[in-house]
Amino acid sequence: MASVTYEHVYKRWGDVVAVNDLTLEVADKEFMVLVGPSGCGKSTSLRLLAGLEEITEGIIKIGDRVVNDVPPKDRDIAMVFQSYALYPHMSVYDNMAFGLKLRKVPKAEIDKKVKEAAELLGIAQLLDRKPKALSGGQRQRVALGRAIVRNPKVFLLDEPLSNLDAKLRVETRANISKLHKRLGTTFIYVTHDQVEAMTMADRIAVLKDGILQQVDSPQNLYNYPANVFVAGFIGSPSMNFFDVTLVEESDTGKLYVDGGSFRLEVPPDKAETLRKYKGRELIFGIRPEDIHAADFTPPGFFQVPMKATVDVTELMGNEIFVYGLTGGKQFIARVDPRTSARVGEEIELRVNMDNMHLFDPETEVALV
Amino acid sequence: MTNKPPPIAEVAHPEESIGLVGRVLAFLLRVLIAVAIPALAMAVFILGFRFLRESDAPKFVIVLVSIVWGVGGVGLLYLAANTMVEALPDRWTALLQPYVFVGPAVAILVWYLLIPTFRTIYISLFDRSSENFVGLQNYIDIFTQRDLLITFRNNLMWIVFGATFAVIFGLLIAVLADRSKFERTAKALIFLPMAISFVGAGIIWNFIYEVKDISVPQIGLLNAIVVALGGEPRAWTATVQPWNNLFLIVIVIWLQTGFAMVLFSAALKGIPDDLLEAARVDGASEIQIFFRIMIPYIMGTIITVATTIVIFTLKIFDIVIVMTGGQFGTEVIATQFYRQYFTNRNFGLGSAFAVILVLAVLPVMAYNLRRLAEEEGF
Repeated sequence: MASVTYEHVYKRWGDVVAVNDLTLEVADKEFMVLVGPSGCGKSTSLRLLAGLEEITEGIIKIGDRVVNDVPPKDRDIAMVFQSYALYPHMSVYDNMAFGLKLRKVPKAEIDKKVKEAAELLGIAQLLDRKPKALSGGQRQRVALGRAIVRNPKVFLLDEPLSNLDAKLRVETRANISKLHKRLGTTFIYVTHDQVEAMTMADRIAVLKDGILQQVDSPQNLYNYPANVFVAGFIGSPSMNFFDVTLVEESDTGKLYVDGGSFRLEVPPDKAETLRKYKGRELIFGIRPEDIHAADFTPPGFFQVPMKATVDVTELMGNEIFVYGLTGGKQFIARVDPRTSARVGEEIELRVNMDNMHLFDPETEVALV
Repeated sequence: MTNKPPPIAEVAHPEESIGLVGRVLAFLLRVLIAVAIPALAMAVFILGFRFLRESDAPKFVIVLVSIVWGVGGVGLLYLAANTMVEALPDRWTALLQPYVFVGPAVAILVWYLLIPTFRTIYISLFDRSSENFVGLQNYIDIFTQRDLLITFRNNLMWIVFGATFAVIFGLLIAVLADRSKFERTAKALIFLPMAISFVGAGIIWNFIYEVKDISVPQIGLLNAIVVALGGEPRAWTATVQPWNNLFLIVIVIWLQTGFAMVLFSAALKGIPDDLLEAARVDGASEIQIFFRIMIPYIMGTIITVATTIVIFTLKIFDIVIVMTGGQFGTEVIATQFYRQYFTNRNFGLGSAFAVILVLAVLPVMAYNLRRLAEEEGF
């Protein structure tokens, strides 16, 4: 069991900077998810920790031990690969036992550990098979089993669910979460899928272009994204963004977000801190679930009316995704399924301005 | 002509839809196609040859005409046969069409490979002039006479040392070159001998092993080095039997290492990086990865390469003939066959050697083919 620390870590290939000044602390027993679009440096960060890539600059520690120059085999980590990387010429049993055999663990103990892990993962009946004879989900579990038997300090998982079909992915997601609680080991999990990140992580680190954008719990990341990228990346469908101006009504002193075709009042509790930005052009962000149909708006928040033309509707069963148009710009609202939204007609909406987001258009950093 | 494509099920198993008479008829037609096309092609060639032989046209024109005649004639022949088969009912097209193209090749192979093989087996049961039937006497002679037995010992040495070292060196170089900056250059240099014929290689190495009297300068590379280091020049390929064979075997290793290396190199590059990385994380050292992951992963290629080289060494002939002519206890099966059949005019004994060579190669060949089939090579 151990914590993991990245201190100002860089990885460069010639002019390409894959990981740019990464500083990150992963607590002991924590489930940390590194998430970001492809090419954001998340896998490279993981591979640096595994020792599969050399660190260009900076320090990586496992526990209190600096591991920069420690070969992978001595780092006491286990890794699950996207392709599973099972040894094709070995049986499931030998795949799982390989690491222990190399460490000269006594045979009886290997046998015990492999069987325990196989039992835990429900693959006990497959131990004699070769990987070729297994389904994708079974292979994935063997790959997990191979990591578990080693009883490592840190578990590294590199997109372990990407090769599974959607249903199996949801199932396995829950199983990995359970496994983490049961093993009580530090997990570092890389994915490009924000849903995986949200559902499994204790904390999420969002990366983009090799730069760490924000690290926080899933809930905080969702409610208080630090910048436009994180706001857009976390949550599905994505947050809506509008170019707006913050205006003050001279007689009442109320603040409004003015997008040209709409004008939304800023709640009084936020108005005080935002008043200093009045007259400036900003990016206004609002999540689809914070836009309600006027007839089916639940009470209990600062409602502001808004009108839009319905462009497309998608009935999901429990809700409708309304693609609305305002001032020629498309946005998404998740509204009550009873809403009558006909394409081409105007629809009355209520915006939950308690959950509004404002970003600086130059730095893209969050203002509230 | 019917142009609508036949139903797929019918094409997949056309035999099932016709009766016994149909099957017999199909068989006869297939044989007919297989024999008629090459026979007609041969007739075309012979006619063309006769015509051109009596012509006074300039050489250039003759060459041009013969190319057009030969290639065009055979092409037309196939086209005509194919059109005819396609004009048949769909079911019969499916039954016969493959044989238009595969049949002639098989027929020609039977004619110049299978028939001579059986003829050789037949001759090997007769005496030296093929007049009196002697049963297995020739084989008994081969396996009881000491000077003939040497050939088997030598062939065994060729197989064991030649194949083993070519595989080991090929593998070693493939792995090391893979990690070198000079990969391309190194591989090109090692692959180069592949382009040299066995005879050419024999002549090159004859120069290396060349021996002169101690009183004159050594023009052989090996003896020049030995003398320069204060040693005595030696006739490498003639003395210290049977180990002089090794000096010949070195040549085949030199020739075949490149072949092995290229195939191993390709196979090694086919190992997914993930697999090696997983092993590294699992705690394997580079040497353990080599023996426990890489070697098992490319075992199929290793076996294919090894068996191919085994077949080469079983059939080895040119190198021995060029280097020693089979003297000094370096005779192998193929050279014995040649010596008995053509030099000694002992057709029975020579044929028996040829048959033994075929019997020795066959299992290796069969194994190789089965492996290829498993890997869906065909």
